[in-house]
Amino acid sequence: MNDYLRLFGAFARIGVLTFGGGYAMLPMLQKEVVEKYGWATEEELMDYYAIGQCTPGVIAVNTATFVGRKQKGTLGGVAATLGVVFPSLVIITVIAAFLANFADLPVVKNAFAGIRVCVCVLIFNAVCRLWKKSVTDKPALVICLAVLAGSLLLDLSPVVFVLLAGAAGVAVKTWEAKRS
Amino acid sequence: MIFLKLFFEFFKVGLFAVGGGMATFPFLSELGPRTGWFTQSQLADMVAVSESTPGPIGVNMASYVGFTTAGVPGAVVATLGLITPSVIIILLVARVLAAFRESRLVQNIFYGLRPASAGLIAAAGLSVAALSLLDRETYAVSGQILDLFRWKGLLLAAVLLYLTRWCKPTKELHPVVFIAVAAAAGILFRFAGA
Repeated sequence: MNDYLRLFGAFARIGVLTFGGGYAMLPMLQKEVVEKYGWATEEELMDYYAIGQCTPGVIAVNTATFVGRKQKGTLGGVAATLGVVFPSLVIITVIAAFLANFADLPVVKNAFAGIRVCVCVLIFNAVCRLWKKSVTDKPALVICLAVLAGSLLLDLSPVVFVLLAGAAGVAVKTWEAKRS
Repeated sequence: MIFLKLFFEFFKVGLFAVGGGMATFPFLSELGPRTGWFTQSQLADMVAVSESTPGPIGVNMASYVGFTTAGVPGAVVATLGLITPSVIIILLVARVLAAFRESRLVQNIFYGLRPASAGLIAAAGLSVAALSLLDRETYAVSGQILDLFRWKGLLLAAVLLYLTRWCKPTKELHPVVFIAVAAAAGILFRFAGA
């Protein structure tokens, strides 16, 4: 029991102390998982993190499941994962409840109108980062632009584009392998 | 049954959103209008709150949407829906870790998925941009092309773009700093006209 609580606690701490997710989380993971508890080596952690990035879902959750599973099997994976999402649930619920009460104040309305402009810029920057990492050749460029145009023009679920893009990736690579 | 529907919708997001954090955004941008659970501008506010509070952004967004839709139980159910596919997939992948990492097929699938994720986020981002940088209602009434743009918003966007991308001393700062700057500008220059 104690082990599960420790996993939950350590990952709850990681959840509280990571601002912004993604890469911001790595130093915290190293400190808790590698240095403090010795649950995984530096290399294992980097592996988990890399695979967490290329499996569906939230990277932090994927990494937590990996570490927890290695330590205490399936239940350990669940305990670590619940730990990493627990602080989010509490903090967001409190803020959302608070904001819901003040949403009609002029000052709050003005502030959020300004913040929405910033959100556009942050999303633009996120796209640029992804673009740099993923659009490395012509077929990737075509996939990116086709999905962009498709989701602007067609009323389809993003799920459809994800499935088509995965298939396109396999088709392109198979074709390239055949040609060479 | 709202909770079952919430769980199912977020299960789908967790299963198909690839690339962390902002990857959940296009799915939510489609979910809101389809279900009527929240509007695009509420979603933009949720992105801002999720970026400026601790925790993984995807999880924060799920908690927020769940809470907006069905209160505290909604937040719990949406979050659990989001993480369930992750847990299942990782538990399976962990058994075949080496094979998974070296699999040509997996690499090829992700070769296609990553640029698609960029495209999806860009498309959803454009819808938020249209909302906060354009004023289609005033334009529809006046027909003046100059009325179509929210000039204060465009100016702020240009400043923030400079600060986050090209200005060396500020570009490494945490997003919460820029969100605070934008909130201050919004209040000072009455962005909502309120």
